[in-house]
Amino acid sequence: MRLDKTEISLGLVALACVLFGFVSPGWLIFLLTIALAKALVVQGVVMQMRSGLVSFGQGLFYCIGGYTVGMGGQFFGIHDAIAALSLGMFVAIVIAMLLGLLLTRYREIFFAMLSLAFSMILFGILVKSQELGSTDGFNVHDWTLFGWAPEAGAGSQHTVFTMTVVAGLIVAVLLHRYTKAGVGVICEAVRENEVRVEYLGLSPRWLLYGNYVAAAAVSALGGGLTALATGHVDPEMAYWTTSGEFVFIALLGGLGHVAAPFIAAIVFSFVRTYAIEFVPHTWQMILGFTLLAVIIFLPKGLWSLVSREKTGERA
Amino acid sequence: MTCILETRSLNKEFGAVIAAKDLNVQINKGEVVGVIGSNGAGKTTFINMVTGYLKPTRGEILFNGKSIMGHSPRAITRAGMARSFQVAQLFPEMTVLDNLIVALAAAESARPSFLSPLRSDARIARAEEILKEFGVENYRDSLVTAVPQGARKLVDIAMALIGNPQMLLLDEPTSGVSMDEKTGLMDTVMNAVRQHGVTVLFVEHDMDVVERYVSRVLAFYSGEIIADGEPAAVLADQQVRDLVTGHRPTTKQGNGAS
Ligand SMILES: Nc1ncnc2c1ncn2[C@@H]1O[C@H](COP(=O)(O)OP(=O)(O)OP(=O)(O)O)[C@@H](O)[C@H]1O
Ligand SMILES: [Mg+2]
Repeated sequence: MRLDKTEISLGLVALACVLFGFVSPGWLIFLLTIALAKALVVQGVVMQMRSGLVSFGQGLFYCIGGYTVGMGGQFFGIHDAIAALSLGMFVAIVIAMLLGLLLTRYREIFFAMLSLAFSMILFGILVKSQELGSTDGFNVHDWTLFGWAPEAGAGSQHTVFTMTVVAGLIVAVLLHRYTKAGVGVICEAVRENEVRVEYLGLSPRWLLYGNYVAAAAVSALGGGLTALATGHVDPEMAYWTTSGEFVFIALLGGLGHVAAPFIAAIVFSFVRTYAIEFVPHTWQMILGFTLLAVIIFLPKGLWSLVSREKTGERA
Repeated sequence: MTCILETRSLNKEFGAVIAAKDLNVQINKGEVVGVIGSNGAGKTTFINMVTGYLKPTRGEILFNGKSIMGHSPRAITRAGMARSFQVAQLFPEMTVLDNLIVALAAAESARPSFLSPLRSDARIARAEEILKEFGVENYRDSLVTAVPQGARKLVDIAMALIGNPQMLLLDEPTSGVSMDEKTGLMDTVMNAVRQHGVTVLFVEHDMDVVERYVSRVLAFYSGEIIADGEPAAVLADQQVRDLVTGHRPTTKQGNGAS
């Protein structure tokens, strides 16, 4: 397996993050963990945006990933973090394979609304489930990593952070390849001209389906990591505002590069944290203005700041 | 001679509009057939039905002797019938090279890979050959939106040919192309087609182009075929002159673009 320049850079940044984890204060570690985990969910949104579909219900898979990790620990004795995360992805894949059969028939606003509808159905089910704590959700059982139990609190937080960075790196490298591989590129072709794709003898639906399922798996991983990091899951994960946040971050970062969702999620988390701290009643407004500014001045997202610099260097 | 495409009593109605009326057509392997007819005569509708884009109201379509009624465009493409479009159908935000590479990958497999790179050296090399064959190598790295009409048409046709079809349906390959570019474009296309031994049916408004390249002409009028035969005979036909070519069978204007 040969690594290209982007992949090596991603690896170095990930390594720097892991090292940074040893010196950084706990609150920052926590903020970064949540931001990176959410960025994985956003990667799922971005994958679909590339194919021309906006998922307003990616919270569905975020929630499935989180609840599977939580329920696995609480009810089924699955305490190993890797096993729980894998199970979350597996459940998400199975559900996406079912829902995808219907969803890939729809485009544009119909797809967006239908994906939203499914996540709201899950929200409704969870709210009604007393055994799962209804609107309060429930706590995630203490977990282990290959038989080793990190000490509660700081130790566990540090471990999740490292796991999230590693997961982020693996996903980033895979997605970097995916966007250049057959399905990734041809999904963009579907966005540009579905009729032509069909007349090349390909099935746009099959492509969108594969993309949808892959995106669900990535998003569920983000949900699972969030559950491990916060030690808690609740139905809010499937609520429409959560999904809206993922779309927001996706737009913030843009589709230009696999690193964009990570950067955007971190920027988003900082803006929100500080906005809540300094202007507690108007933080949504600040986020609104941030997005407005990005759409007006950087229509291709924050990533265009980086790529603009690059082209400047070359000139 | 073996028949490659046959339609039996093919009908298409759009509400009150009859776009195809009892079309009985037999195209033999290796033929180059020109389709003429004024605007709205039903030429595109015919191609759309035969390639699975439109569902006929009634009738039967056989490709290589087998019914392809109800088959999807992609199934029909995979079975060996490719088409180009009246307005070139490309991926506008991709480069010309990438357009061809997508077509090459599609021709190789109906299930593209999730992780191996689409732009492999082999595909790039093959795409470059095709760019040369069609004389559009100058546009290799241009986005489609920046490429002139004539070149877009060529890329569209090149993409249709990449899958090695047995039959190629071209919907007005020279529309939107300037008068003096037409012959060059058609020569390029027909050269490529001959090398691949493809049966061709193309819709054309310019009678000069028709006479130059085809061995047979189908004249459409109001959803019906009013003449079918050798070009000279069809173009001399009184009904065709009245209804299609407007008494000017060999003028430069032809029938004008749509
Ligand atoms: N999708 C559609 N819905 C309704 N009517 C249609 C549709 N497609 C075609 N028609 C009608 O069917 C008739 C045949 O149209 P068609 O596009 O096949 O003509 P054409 O011979 O290709 O004309 P042109 O030279 O302008 O391309 C026209 O009257 C047209 O208005
Ligand atoms: Mg037409």
